Amino acid sequence: MAITVIKGGKIYDPTHGINGEVRDIWIKDGKIIAPPIEPDSLPEKVIDATGRIIMPGGVDMHCHIAGPKVNLARKMRPEDKRYAPHVSRTALTRSGTIGSVPSTFATGYLYAGLGYTTAFDAAVPPLSARHAHEELQDTPIIDKGFYLLMGNNHYALEQIAKNDNEKLRSFTAWLLESAKGYAIKLVNPGGVEVWKSGGANISEIDQDIGHFNCTPRQIIQGLSQTAMDIGLPHAVHIHCNNLGIPGNWRTTQATMDALEGRRAHLTHIQFHSYGGEPDDQGKFCSKVQELAEFVNSHPEVTVDVGQVLFGETTSMTGDGPLGYYLHKVTGKKWTSADTEMEAGCGIVPMVYKEKSFVNALQWAIGLEWYLLVKDPWQIAMSTDHPNGGSFLAYPEIIQLLMDRTYRQEILKRVHPRVLERSCLKDLDREYTLNEIAIITRAGPARMLGLKNKGHLGIGADGDVTIYNESSNILAMFELPYMVIKYGKVVVEKSEIRLQVPGNTLHVSPSFDPGLVGDIRKWFESYYTIQFENYPVTDEYLSGGGTMIPCNKK
Amino acid sequence: MNKNQEELFILISGRSTRQGTSMNESKFSKEYLEETGVVQICPEDLTRLGLAAGDLVCIRSEQRSIEIPCVAAKEKELPSGLLFMAYGDWSSRLMGSDTHGTGMPNSKGTDVYLSKVCSIKKD
Amino acid sequence: MFIFLRCVLLKKIDNHEGALSMQNELKVVSNATCTFCGCVCDDIELTVEGNHITKAKNACVLGKAWFLNHQAGEGPVARIRGKEATVEEAVEEAARILVDAKFPIIYGLSDTTCEAQRVTVAIADWIGASIDTTTSVCHGPSGMAFQGVGEITCSLGEVRNRADLVIFWGSNPAESHPRHWGRYSTMPKGLFVPNGRKDRTVVLVDVRRTKSAPAADIFLQIKPRKDFEVLWMLRALVKGLTINEADLIDTGVTLEQLQNLVDKMKACKFGVLFFGMGLSMTRGKHLNVEAALALARDLNAFTRFYANPMRGHGNVTGADNVVSWQTGYPFGVNLGRGYPRFNPGEFTTTDTLARKEADAAMIIASDPMGNFSQAAREHLGSIPFIALDTKETSTTRAAAVAFTTATYGINVPGTVYRMDDVPIPLRPAFESPYPSDEKILRALEKKVLHLLKEKLQASN
Repeated sequence: MAITVIKGGKIYDPTHGINGEVRDIWIKDGKIIAPPIEPDSLPEKVIDATGRIIMPGGVDMHCHIAGPKVNLARKMRPEDKRYAPHVSRTALTRSGTIGSVPSTFATGYLYAGLGYTTAFDAAVPPLSARHAHEELQDTPIIDKGFYLLMGNNHYALEQIAKNDNEKLRSFTAWLLESAKGYAIKLVNPGGVEVWKSGGANISEIDQDIGHFNCTPRQIIQGLSQTAMDIGLPHAVHIHCNNLGIPGNWRTTQATMDALEGRRAHLTHIQFHSYGGEPDDQGKFCSKVQELAEFVNSHPEVTVDVGQVLFGETTSMTGDGPLGYYLHKVTGKKWTSADTEMEAGCGIVPMVYKEKSFVNALQWAIGLEWYLLVKDPWQIAMSTDHPNGGSFLAYPEIIQLLMDRTYRQEILKRVHPRVLERSCLKDLDREYTLNEIAIITRAGPARMLGLKNKGHLGIGADGDVTIYNESSNILAMFELPYMVIKYGKVVVEKSEIRLQVPGNTLHVSPSFDPGLVGDIRKWFESYYTIQFENYPVTDEYLSGGGTMIPCNKK
Repeated sequence: MNKNQEELFILISGRSTRQGTSMNESKFSKEYLEETGVVQICPEDLTRLGLAAGDLVCIRSEQRSIEIPCVAAKEKELPSGLLFMAYGDWSSRLMGSDTHGTGMPNSKGTDVYLSKVCSIKKD
Repeated sequence: MFIFLRCVLLKKIDNHEGALSMQNELKVVSNATCTFCGCVCDDIELTVEGNHITKAKNACVLGKAWFLNHQAGEGPVARIRGKEATVEEAVEEAARILVDAKFPIIYGLSDTTCEAQRVTVAIADWIGASIDTTTSVCHGPSGMAFQGVGEITCSLGEVRNRADLVIFWGSNPAESHPRHWGRYSTMPKGLFVPNGRKDRTVVLVDVRRTKSAPAADIFLQIKPRKDFEVLWMLRALVKGLTINEADLIDTGVTLEQLQNLVDKMKACKFGVLFFGMGLSMTRGKHLNVEAALALARDLNAFTRFYANPMRGHGNVTGADNVVSWQTGYPFGVNLGRGYPRFNPGEFTTTDTLARKEADAAMIIASDPMGNFSQAAREHLGSIPFIALDTKETSTTRAAAVAFTTATYGINVPGTVYRMDDVPIPLRPAFESPYPSDEKILRALEKKVLHLLKEKLQASN
């Protein structure tokens, strides 16, 4: 029955329209409560936040932190960690390595250290769900979950080709329940299957994907509809076809049009906003204005940016053919791992250089997105960690958004052609703290359908970040004064004070058990494990897990 | 082959079915000790060296030497100049500890010297 | 007749020893997972009578031996220097050995659950040990090659459903992974391989004409220690370079054979190269594997081509994964400075033992006293070490503290990873009177933390 009160801080709770007001926050049993009226209810813990800034705990809705692909990247790149800072063990906490793909304990501590209390891995093949869950169990403090790869799933493709929406719905629900996943993820829908079948890739959403007799358009429409029909808290999460190729903005536009008004989230949109032509690097330019116009007039569509930052990192994606492309372009080592019936993946070390025209334009395109989308509730901050950069760079992005002078300084240093191919130099907008709070916590929580996250209203989870107010934006966001999780202080003075396991968030949509027989028949024809050994049972859920309800109409 | 006469061979160690199955019973079982405690030589080499199956041979690597009985490899399985031993205590004793910076000592395709110790007379 | 007699026998026991009737209860465990080799077949149907498995349907000869030979063990749970002790005493002594050591090493882990592996890495972290798994003497070099070049891999079901060219190099699946061909790689019908074996070409490359050879379409008998050269020749031929017959002297293969193979590799729809210890344990080691991985990668300019390691033990892949996600590195990790450092050759167990650097050790589910080099064995025998194993081995006999534990997959549930990284749950058959590795290790972790705290307080 312990009560904690955080007194005197300046609250930024955009969900409730609170913009810098000084208020107290009361937390009991891990939940935010109304200030108690009983005169003798003394709080057990009083945190003095006078003069400090308070926001809900950060919510990262697109990162790569757990599962087979992430672990392959860790194994593959010892050189990435050798000279990087590391995480030393303490009496309370485990050690770890960082680089661009931190080890699991380090991931949890670093996110918490930044004031983030929830993060979702963006792409896990269902066959490896068990692996992702084990890693999440070893990723402490934060609440977490993952999205399930479905856009190249053979059973899904079959039903989509036949237009059998009932079977598609049941399969999706069964799959999410079996894997204890959170949302539907499409990665280069159809394109990975084309690659695995020996083809090159997909570049148009109306291209036939061969054996399965359907098109990416049908996959996009089928699964975006399914997500709505089964009432998933998060919309379908789409990594469009043709990522990274100059001229791909048309594919992105076509994808947006194909949605026909359905809810959807388009991820790391920066990588999908390129004008120009595939074989002429000189013509590479930004098409953010055109695409942002769509987002600005379609409130049912949300995006996260996938910001590129200069420096070394690792690209890792469920987009198998993209991995091959990056290997050919960079000449660096390449890992690819295909999963039967379900998915692919590609991992290649990456470097983004200020003096590279292409990289600098990518950087500028990301910022254009933040500055051109009018409603901050429609855009979430991300680097597609670690693809564009590490999540540790979030404070730098905040600085870039809040301080146009800083942006201009960097613009002066980067490849000069960027100035003519991007409109960034003309964008004066500076984000307010309220808007930052939206794109780093309130907005992502709402996009994810997490009713108890991203805000500080009554009933919300007691996840709170306290910052020291400073004109040095970078320092302010890099080192929160204190981070509270379910009402308990987990980080203070940049030290982990309490190691809690964090909860795995998952959905359990209902489905017609009568249709499972058909799934089983297909499964047993092609998989190489037993049907009974596929589903993940509850003991794999970190902290006991929390099921987020679906809202089926 | 005379005693003290040595010949260079290449030793291959590896899994065998019987080694795998008997190991499940116990590494001290008769079957496991038998399977891992012999060296296979191809029939042509056996004949050429004047050895009979069951004769005790000495195998000397750079590091150590062991004395174990020899047996004939199945027809055509083992080429001339190669020896085969099922993984186990004996084959490992011949292994060096230099891993050349990899953690793995060379344990397949190593040079060894074979010599006869004595014949096992059969009644 | 035999079944009739057995039933009669059971009935007799029922009648005369009612208390034992529960023990001889018959049950069937379906979808059980065999962890003897890296195939990790999870379709085994176990018939269990009391504390015996009497049948293991679908298991291969190795799997049957694994299941049927596992009796409930004998002897005490814990021993200190050969004498029976309580678990508490043994855990205390083990914790002291580890905490007092200056350079403790922890090794093994390939034959236990991921749950146990995770606790082990925790212990290594708390005491600043070197943590290494049997990977270092198995596919460790493959892991190193992967770090140099990357790897193009796939799950076994991709092979089943798409592969029309399957190559085995330095591997003898007939004896090391008996069900690999039947369940995954050459026989089964697949979505794009409707005629199964008939739709596939199987190639075997080895120094011996092993029991696997008769089942291959093409057998290339390579000379020992020539794998590196031949793999590079193949790479050159794939890239269209000219190779002279003279370059192939002493390799055991001809230019025609290699060109023929390259033509098949380029023309196939989905090719996969499975490689075994024949590459990683012989001259060249990681350089051999690097060549194989690079070859598979190069072929992706023409078709889909993959290279997969044939992992040996049931959960060595799990050990790799656990150590990697917890420390960032797969094996040969040292935590002595308070954070993970990786260096094969420096922190790998053959080396830390043979160079006499370790002053204490913990060996879990593995038998280095029975299969390490002589120098390593001698040193291990001279330092205090803890051993956890389900059976008696040379290692448990020489341990200062030995725990007999229950067998994973037979008595103990948990998670294991198949050779292609697919995670699979275990379905135990019967309970064991012995504790699981995980239980002992958790008690040990608690004790270690307690002793470390005491040590810290004493020094303050």
